[in-house]
Amino acid sequence: MDPKTLKFAPSHEWVHLDGDVATIGISRFAVDQLTDLIVIDLPAVGTKLTPGKSFGEIESVKAVSDLYAPIAGEVVEVNSAVSGNVQLLAEAPYTKGWLIKIRVDDPSAIDNLLDHDAYERKVAEEPH
Amino acid sequence: MSVEDLLVTPLHAWHQSHGGKLVDFAGWAMPVQYSSIVEEHNAVRQRVGLFDISHMGRLTFAGDDTIDWLERLTTNHVARLQPGQIQYSLMANGGGGLLDDILVYRLSHGYLVVCNASNRSTVVDQLERHREAAVAQLVDRTLDTAMIAVQGPKALETFQPLFPAPLDSLKYYHATMGRLFDSVDAVVSRTGYTGEDGLELIVPATEAEKVWNALLESGKTYGILPCGLGARDTLRFEAAMPLYGHELSETINPYAAGVGWAVKLRKGEFIGRDALEKFKADPGQTRVGIRVEGKRIARQGSIVRQGGQDVGLVTSGTFSPTLGLSLAMALVDPAVSEIGTALRVDVRGREEPAEVVELPFLRRSDSQVAAR
Repeated sequence: MDPKTLKFAPSHEWVHLDGDVATIGISRFAVDQLTDLIVIDLPAVGTKLTPGKSFGEIESVKAVSDLYAPIAGEVVEVNSAVSGNVQLLAEAPYTKGWLIKIRVDDPSAIDNLLDHDAYERKVAEEPH
Repeated sequence: MSVEDLLVTPLHAWHQSHGGKLVDFAGWAMPVQYSSIVEEHNAVRQRVGLFDISHMGRLTFAGDDTIDWLERLTTNHVARLQPGQIQYSLMANGGGGLLDDILVYRLSHGYLVVCNASNRSTVVDQLERHREAAVAQLVDRTLDTAMIAVQGPKALETFQPLFPAPLDSLKYYHATMGRLFDSVDAVVSRTGYTGEDGLELIVPATEAEKVWNALLESGKTYGILPCGLGARDTLRFEAAMPLYGHELSETINPYAAGVGWAVKLRKGEFIGRDALEKFKADPGQTRVGIRVEGKRIARQGSIVRQGGQDVGLVTSGTFSPTLGLSLAMALVDPAVSEIGTALRVDVRGREEPAEVVELPFLRRSDSQVAAR
């Protein structure tokens, strides 16, 4: 995915919508902030996502971070390659490192998310 | 965290301009990492790494009754120190609880105590409160000195060009003094908190950056990296070295923690002696190493179980960069402390199968004991 075409949540998850199926991942910024990724815990197919609630965990040497659902829907596919090797996420967070695909409840909810430029501005303001 | 409220080391400006991710550690702004914790960890295990440890407390003592004073306040046998020798020791309170773990150095002009940053004021208060008739001078040199650790198989080679005397005659847990650049007086000890060979240097604060840069330059040929507290923790963890606040505290006795060897009950009277003698007879708990199945990290406070019963708590846990395993240290019921005992660890609500393994997890240039 070209990050410029994606929508972002303030909590650093990105969304790519294709019809009513959304692919979800986390941003390069999030990956670079975490460093030293160890393991990722992704939900099972069929899990229902509630916006703002945690749908999984990513663990680095220093800490565990929650993955927050950017949009409501049901998990239809999980990237087992990343589950098996979280380094794929570190290498390519916008392509091979996608996390889950969901069937979204309401595709228009994507309008509530930030576009790429707005997300980049927000990240620039963050202390790091 | 407001950086203005934190203490800064003499190398603060360098950390800021070289990508140091600064966090509040015991009231000091300290770098957790510059690049990646795993990269920095590997640099120390394979080559050489550089640490700013200026936040550690450095207390000097001068006067003939220093020995008696330190003898009363610490658990190891101060009078046994030979000139230049260093001992690992503990400071206990009257109930046998631990206030800190420290290094006591016997230098040519007096004694030096190096203590944890988090316990510096506790240690000074305890010393002063129990000074009694001692007239020895105690000077806190923390703020006008810097302390730098050079650690790894290439540590001595890295430092030698900067030092006028041959380093291989400096024995482990011994210190020497020397002059760098014909002008900078340094205390150099063959000590460290990584499980590798290495040195710790104490220099005037004003010279810290010069020494740091000279080490980086000298170590360039070996692939030296500056390393932060993140790697410092994963390194000491693999070597099973205790960290105050985790494996040691006021409620963990030294015998449970596995550092009873630093308590010399027969040396005479010292604070906590009687209580410690009771703990020796019955430590109540044992520190063990645990290998956790999978990759999830069992961090401090994770409950250890066997057969549905709580049998202990994790004191430290990480994903070992060198061994590629999720490992933990825990204080457990001695009945489940045998190597090979099957246990379960509650990692954030999900129990993972685990097994007691030998400590340390890693020995210097040795086989990987935990990977059996």
